[in-house]
Amino acid sequence: MKRLILKNGRVIDPAGGVDETLDLLLEEGRIAGVEKKISLKGVEVFDAAGLVVAPGFIDLHVHLREPGYERKETIATGLRAALAGGFTGVCCMPNTDPVNDCASVTRFILEKARAASPVAVYPIGAVTRGSRGEELAPLYELKEAGVRAISDDGQPVRRASILRRALEYGGSLGLLVIDHCEDPDLAEGGAMHEGEVSTRLGLKGIPAEAESIPVTRDIALAAMTGHPVHIAHVSTRLAVEAIRAAKKRRVPVTAEATPHHFTLTHEAVASFDTRYKMNPPLRTQKDVDAVIEGLADGTLDAIATDHAPHTYEEKLQEFDRAPNGVIGLQTAVPLALDRLVRTDRVSLKRVVDAFSTAPARILGLEGKGRIAPGYDADLTLLNLRKEFVFQEKDVLSLSRNSPFFGMRLKGAVAGVFIAGTFYGAP
Amino acid sequence: MAMHHKDLVGIETLSPEEITLILDTAEKMAEVSHRPLKKVPALRGKLVVNLFFENSTRTRSSFEIAEKRLSADTLNFSASASSLSKGESLVDTVLNLERMQPDAYVMRHSSPGACQLIRPFTKAVLVNAGDGAHEHPTQALLDALTIRQKKGGFRGLKVLIAGDIAHSRVVRSNVFLLKKMGADVTLCGPATLLPPHLDSLGVKVTTDFDRALDGQDVVMMLRIQLERQKKGLFPSLLEYYKYYGLTEERLRRADREVIVMHPGPINRGVEIASEVADGPYSVILDQVENGVSVRMAILYLLLGGGDDETSHS
Repeated sequence: MKRLILKNGRVIDPAGGVDETLDLLLEEGRIAGVEKKISLKGVEVFDAAGLVVAPGFIDLHVHLREPGYERKETIATGLRAALAGGFTGVCCMPNTDPVNDCASVTRFILEKARAASPVAVYPIGAVTRGSRGEELAPLYELKEAGVRAISDDGQPVRRASILRRALEYGGSLGLLVIDHCEDPDLAEGGAMHEGEVSTRLGLKGIPAEAESIPVTRDIALAAMTGHPVHIAHVSTRLAVEAIRAAKKRRVPVTAEATPHHFTLTHEAVASFDTRYKMNPPLRTQKDVDAVIEGLADGTLDAIATDHAPHTYEEKLQEFDRAPNGVIGLQTAVPLALDRLVRTDRVSLKRVVDAFSTAPARILGLEGKGRIAPGYDADLTLLNLRKEFVFQEKDVLSLSRNSPFFGMRLKGAVAGVFIAGTFYGAP
Repeated sequence: MAMHHKDLVGIETLSPEEITLILDTAEKMAEVSHRPLKKVPALRGKLVVNLFFENSTRTRSSFEIAEKRLSADTLNFSASASSLSKGESLVDTVLNLERMQPDAYVMRHSSPGACQLIRPFTKAVLVNAGDGAHEHPTQALLDALTIRQKKGGFRGLKVLIAGDIAHSRVVRSNVFLLKKMGADVTLCGPATLLPPHLDSLGVKVTTDFDRALDGQDVVMMLRIQLERQKKGLFPSLLEYYKYYGLTEERLRRADREVIVMHPGPINRGVEIASEVADGPYSVILDQVENGVSVRMAILYLLLGGGDDETSHS
């Protein structure tokens, strides 16, 4: 029997209200005991003194790019970065080529992932065939192949009637609908946030309302159908406020925010550096503050990376022509610890929740997201005192489109346990 | 006094002293264009590449004349004839041209920030001839030279810029320059052609053209492009002319010694009446002439032409 005692870690289990120094017994890939002191003769001991022990982190929003865009990223390289970044599970978006809109693509992703990495992959299926926004993808078939959530990410579900049908049909199957909220008409041609900086730079802007209007629509349809909707990458104060109000009315809505949206503002675009180009775009300081407050009070349930790899040459273009997106798997946790926890703006327990318990709950993953007997032995270990400078050579992803090189961060991932096996951070 | 920048990418980073230096140098250059032999050897043996990725007749001609009057060798590289239609990236185009040992690039491009993109890939001097709706620094400098000639200076001068503010590179460079030099700037146009947060540039903003004209020393009209109307930004050209066209009657609200400017090409009967464009207050053709002098000055200063080479020819 494979057993291991994790000793003297600061165990944080948000769902159980636990934050204290405890020992864990891991047995056959599960958590078998959580006690003040566990001593068993002949059982291997892992010293976690000085480390935070959290439920395994799950990233709700990753672009692994395979199949179809293997020059940007592969399932293997993406998962390598995820593991190093402290994630025990990731959801991969369906905007591959072909789009993940049928069981064969889902099975391909799952098989590749299992062969490549211990990190669990939860493929997200397309809402509509080819993510073209016209007719529903075979949602039953996708669910049976292992899909838990559906999204046409990269673009919104344009038509309200299609979103309604997706919520009704998919929701009744237990599939979570994730929407990339962007009014394509208001956002048309935009390369950055519409504001002072876009006016100064002469770049076409995307107003905050291009996000908040569809968020309001989605909330109305979630209330109407009674099925949950999850709002991807919330970037504006207006959207945070709309979601907060909807939650008060007990509408089944959840939401996520990305590290770049709580770290950077549109001022960064003044350099015309395309590493600052993403969708939704970097917003104002007021929006950043609202996103942080939304994370603090739980309006925004989860932190997700929207890890979006692009090649060097794709990003080495005119700003308005370059593709949107930044990589984020290796910087998400340190940015959250440095920018949210160290600054006392969000509690450590809430950040742990946003990375683990909340995503597991949103996806309905059994056996994940808690540190309690019977749960899977998936754990993320954090070293809050470690300071480091993130450098380009540290990138394990195939692409290097990160705006965070050279940034000094305090708080790092020490490693993860997946099904009871330890994988140390590089 | 010399330029503190290797390139002229925008007005935003220039100091008032550098602006004054360029204008003073341009005044000296003007004389060359009136000689029987319109040429000085200042940039003899220098290669200037005119990289135009967007149509432009007047800016390109003006640069080319400036280069020739300074005796530079010129290469005209335009997008239609180039490898860009074959899918070569901007950076690759520059890397290739770089091996032909150019001393300067003059670049016009439809994307804001195009100069910032290529700057790390070239040793040559870079002169922005317009990047999207971002900056058009030589236009602002030739406008400034014209204003200084007619008005003597900038401090406290009331300047109105009116028309398609949202899509204009001219307006941004002009605002940066005029604010640096102490002028009082108002921007005016229909609300759909005024981008949000313009006030953050330190200017007054209004949609009321008639009242905006009151007491102005300088009125600068911007070109209206027909496709803006098709995109629904204003109802019709006729309505535009009625409320935002500069007519003789309207112009009476401005200062008695007002000058009327326009970066060209003008749309007669759309943003400006013919009587105004051709009238006594118009300095539109002076702007064109000053364009050559200013571009000569910039190339001369950035390419390090010897000190007094303009005087003996």
